[in-house]
Amino acid sequence: MSVRAPEVVSSKPKSDLAANHTRKWALWFAGIAIAGWLFYTFLVPNLGSGPQLFIRQWMPLGSINEALVWVICAVGLNIVVGYAGLLDLGFVAFWAIGGYTAGWIMSTFFNQIENGFYFLSAAPPNQPGIHINWWIVLIVAGCVCAFSGIIIGAPTLRLKSDYLALVTLGFGEIIPQVFLNGENIAGFNFTNGAKGIAPLDPVAALPFGPATVAIGNAQIAISKPLGPFDVTAKYAMFVLVAAFAVFVSLRIREGRLGRAWLAIREDELAASMMGVPLMQSKLAAYAVGAFMGGLGGVVYAVHNNSVFADRFNFSISIILLAMVVLGGMGNVWGVIVGALLLAWFNSTGLPQFGSSFNSQFGTDINFPSFNYLIFGAILVLMMLFRREGLFPETRTRQVLQEAERSDAEELDGGEA
Amino acid sequence: MTAASLETTKAALTADNIMVRFGGLVAVKGVTFTIPDQSIVSLIGPNGAGKTTFFNVLTGLYRPTTGTVKLGELDITGQSPHKIASLGLGRTFQNIRLFGLMTAAENVMVAMHSHTTSNILQIVGRTRHQRREEKDSREFAQEMLDFVGIGRHADEYARNLSYGDQRRLEVARALALRPQVLLLDEPTAGMNPQESAVFVDFVHRVRDEQKVSVLLIEHDMSVVMRVSERITVLDQGEKIAEGGPDDIRNNPRVVEAYLGRTGTEGSAR
Repeated sequence: MSVRAPEVVSSKPKSDLAANHTRKWALWFAGIAIAGWLFYTFLVPNLGSGPQLFIRQWMPLGSINEALVWVICAVGLNIVVGYAGLLDLGFVAFWAIGGYTAGWIMSTFFNQIENGFYFLSAAPPNQPGIHINWWIVLIVAGCVCAFSGIIIGAPTLRLKSDYLALVTLGFGEIIPQVFLNGENIAGFNFTNGAKGIAPLDPVAALPFGPATVAIGNAQIAISKPLGPFDVTAKYAMFVLVAAFAVFVSLRIREGRLGRAWLAIREDELAASMMGVPLMQSKLAAYAVGAFMGGLGGVVYAVHNNSVFADRFNFSISIILLAMVVLGGMGNVWGVIVGALLLAWFNSTGLPQFGSSFNSQFGTDINFPSFNYLIFGAILVLMMLFRREGLFPETRTRQVLQEAERSDAEELDGGEA
Repeated sequence: MTAASLETTKAALTADNIMVRFGGLVAVKGVTFTIPDQSIVSLIGPNGAGKTTFFNVLTGLYRPTTGTVKLGELDITGQSPHKIASLGLGRTFQNIRLFGLMTAAENVMVAMHSHTTSNILQIVGRTRHQRREEKDSREFAQEMLDFVGIGRHADEYARNLSYGDQRRLEVARALALRPQVLLLDEPTAGMNPQESAVFVDFVHRVRDEQKVSVLLIEHDMSVVMRVSERITVLDQGEKIAEGGPDDIRNNPRVVEAYLGRTGTEGSAR
């Protein structure tokens, strides 16, 4: 076995290299996000009908907005799975809790409050129900989810790897079912059952200021309540939420908590012997991940302008996990790329490819129905040829591509 | 220090009448054992004597069926391992258990978890408190790595270090807990005689400069005899002898139970 000799004295500390690396990726992503916004705000409306149609078919902003929901949740799941190494097959639970929190406090759902409770909301006045500004709803839902994460995690995190996965799978099933059947809990309608909660309050970028600002011939919405077609404004807001999730997960990995998670991922027993409280650290990972799941849930509810329990199914958990694995477990940037790719492929790429294919060859194949087959194939191929994901974390790349030094030295009987 | 004078100094760790039962099997039978403050003590015995079980009781992996463990004056019986570690009991592992994909410095910094306090909000907000704590942790980690002699490898992944350096890193990591007692589980396994000799000096230096008590489990008799101020011998879960190296060397029960079995090694210099 050939082993690349490890570089003994690095010219620069690894932490500096990592910081540069992070800055480079962060600049790229910010640049792409802003360029996307400029492109859809200023350029697309002025294009000819041909290119416009092409963009509407292959890159509709609506599907990009939905992909951002996936990014937020995948970044959250990455904290649990990638950072702390806890396999979670029920992440959809937090997505659902976040969505319902939004449904409860930014709609007419609680019509028992007849005059309505308003707080900086863009909703039309004098409606029943609770109407909170959506930026605040994000924080509330995040906290509700973090708290639920701790409640769910406290009993389950005592379990080891595979058993933990099984129990999280159970919770991922139970919680959407509770929402689906929660229309009559002790005579009280909690969730409206299968009818779901719709519509939600319209959201606005800011609770005050001018309705819109004109830049060139584009109207930039400021305090205008956004309708279903104001996708560019929603894009900008969703990108900010995603950026926040990314920021938190990058920062949190640098400190003592991030190190504790890595240590748990590497060797749980040794970590506990070095004074790392296992339960507390794992619960922290769960809570932070769940917080982001909650953000994703709110963004998803706003994106769809509704909350329906049957949308929160098991496949969401699996797709999220596939995004994390495809992108590169533990590396936030890889996870973002993985989430964008898979979400786009699922919502737009595959159906579009299918309809082009069908019209080209006169066939009648239902391509979108094969999406899980294709996901499965992608995952199998990844496991065969690139187990570490598209953009692996530097640490993981090491373990999968190089033999461990002590293993190799045992082989050739070198100094033990 | 002689064995007699050790009796009178205060104990860094006391295990009183420890018994561990696994189902019908009694692995440790009423062992009483103390580590005097800032001493170097060894625990020896043939395979299956209950050394590792006893070790695991001290570190909190097993709860003893009966008996108490005290760290200084503090009763730590049945506490969780991370609690015991943070109270001042550091250890190394027989088969090295480093965090392979973390750098040497990060490995040491993990052990400082219980001595740092930044919470999630402070970490995300990167407050002044958090930044100072990080800086202090890093400097202390570097200090520990320098102390064990691998300071220039601070930014190498632990898995890429040589075997000897990995052993040293384990000691540095355990020392970062700022322990009162350092437990070394077969630290010279896989070392040649020269390396073992260097190691004996190293253990003395750790004790003298870091002001810790050291407990070793060790198979290499030459190391045990040279490094220990006191030796406790276990056989089949029972303490059969205790004393200075000379007492143990000449104790007939020890020779019968342990040294006798391994033949030539029994005549350890």
